[in-house]
Amino acid sequence: MESDRTMEHYHMNLNLKVWRQPNSQTPGAFKLYRVENISSEMSFLEMFDVLNEQLIRDGEDPITFDHDCREGICGSCSMYINGKPHGPWAANTTCQLHMRAFHDGDTIVVEPWRANSFPVIKDLMVDRSAFDRIIQAGGYISVNTGNAVDGNSLPVPKDHADQAFAAAMCIGCGACVAACKNSSAMLFLSAKVSHLSLLPQGDPERSSRVVNMVAQMDKEGFGACTNTGACEATCPKEISIANIARLNKEYLLATLTAE
Amino acid sequence: MALKNVLTSSVGKKLVMGFTGIFLILFLVVHAGLNACIWANDGGEMFNKAAHFMGGNLVPRILEVGLFGGIFLHIIQGYLLTLDNRSKRSVGYAVDYSKGSKWYSRSMAILGTILLLFFILHWKHFWVPSRFTGIPEAKFYNGIEVHDVFALMKDTFSEAWVVIFYVISCAALGYHLAHGFQSAFKTIGIHNRRYHTMLSAVGMGFSIVIPTLFALMPISLYLGWIR
Repeated sequence: MESDRTMEHYHMNLNLKVWRQPNSQTPGAFKLYRVENISSEMSFLEMFDVLNEQLIRDGEDPITFDHDCREGICGSCSMYINGKPHGPWAANTTCQLHMRAFHDGDTIVVEPWRANSFPVIKDLMVDRSAFDRIIQAGGYISVNTGNAVDGNSLPVPKDHADQAFAAAMCIGCGACVAACKNSSAMLFLSAKVSHLSLLPQGDPERSSRVVNMVAQMDKEGFGACTNTGACEATCPKEISIANIARLNKEYLLATLTAE
Repeated sequence: MALKNVLTSSVGKKLVMGFTGIFLILFLVVHAGLNACIWANDGGEMFNKAAHFMGGNLVPRILEVGLFGGIFLHIIQGYLLTLDNRSKRSVGYAVDYSKGSKWYSRSMAILGTILLLFFILHWKHFWVPSRFTGIPEAKFYNGIEVHDVFALMKDTFSEAWVVIFYVISCAALGYHLAHGFQSAFKTIGIHNRRYHTMLSAVGMGFSIVIPTLFALMPISLYLGWIR
């Protein structure tokens, strides 16, 4: 999609087909909107700000959507745009998607993340607190507070540090769940397990962590991974599916050796 | 940790699929190797002797029980996983995300169903006669009476629709393996990048070579390339 990233400035009129849903109990439906004179230099969320101002002026309820940093690092934004989480660009979040990805006259379909474990709160905003509970089940290390230890007292092989850092890039946005045909959270979970199990600081809780986090993931109602690779292809932080294989290995070893 | 908890977890269910899948992959090598004896083009002598060895030896008989156990575990677990996974998204997307994965990776249950239908027909053609109803014709090699399975193959593959169905099933097997081979090894925990690349390449080769070998068997007999 790099070819779409033309730097030429232009304006466009767009048709938007946006999912509107008052709350998790009430069924939702698509509603059509038209926005005009949109700059190609706007971000996708800025275009939504324009639409919301238009709706407020017209006395309508503005569209609810998640956002926070708008810098691609917090993992809050969560729109499923034209059949892909975070829109057409690779390795990109919705807030970093710019309108130069679209052309005058385009119709853009915007949906919320769809998974039973991510119930819609309103419109395009979903409840992703299931991820928080998975983290609470084991995505931490227990250390005594006090003075910072000397960095050299805990040797970490360079390749382990690199792999742990790559896994720690996960921002927990939930695009992996949204993209997966099984609504599986295993790319997210595997990133968290890999990040900590590769480092000496995470070693003491290594076995209990993976067992508890998998149990919590199942309790939250996410599906099982079938290695289709859709999660990896859509992940804004390019988390590798190899982490899922590592998660499987960690789980197998933990369950074989746990008392 | 209780074994039940392991096997009923999302990762445990996949481990069952992975291990049974690898076991069935190994069986395919044995099956293809044995059946390839028909290309000796010796009136089926080598093939009939090999089939007699497999049917009359205790070790393959014991392995056969494990094989059926593996097949049924793979099928039942596969369907249960598919149904469970489908229940996780009650409201579907208006525009599906299809670019991030291959169609055959998303269609393992459909491909598996084609293979199940094939198994039923295949067992009716060969396994049931060899174990229960009996193979009418026999041949003598060095004074030993053996079932003429080769004659049964020739007779079975004299009908065009059977040959066509077998070839379609072999194509389904190829696509099932194209995803299943590398996926099984990822599932059992092989995450080294070099092995991933190697296993993906070997899996792709395996998914082409083995189903092609199987498909050529009914074609060869139907077209009279083997006598």
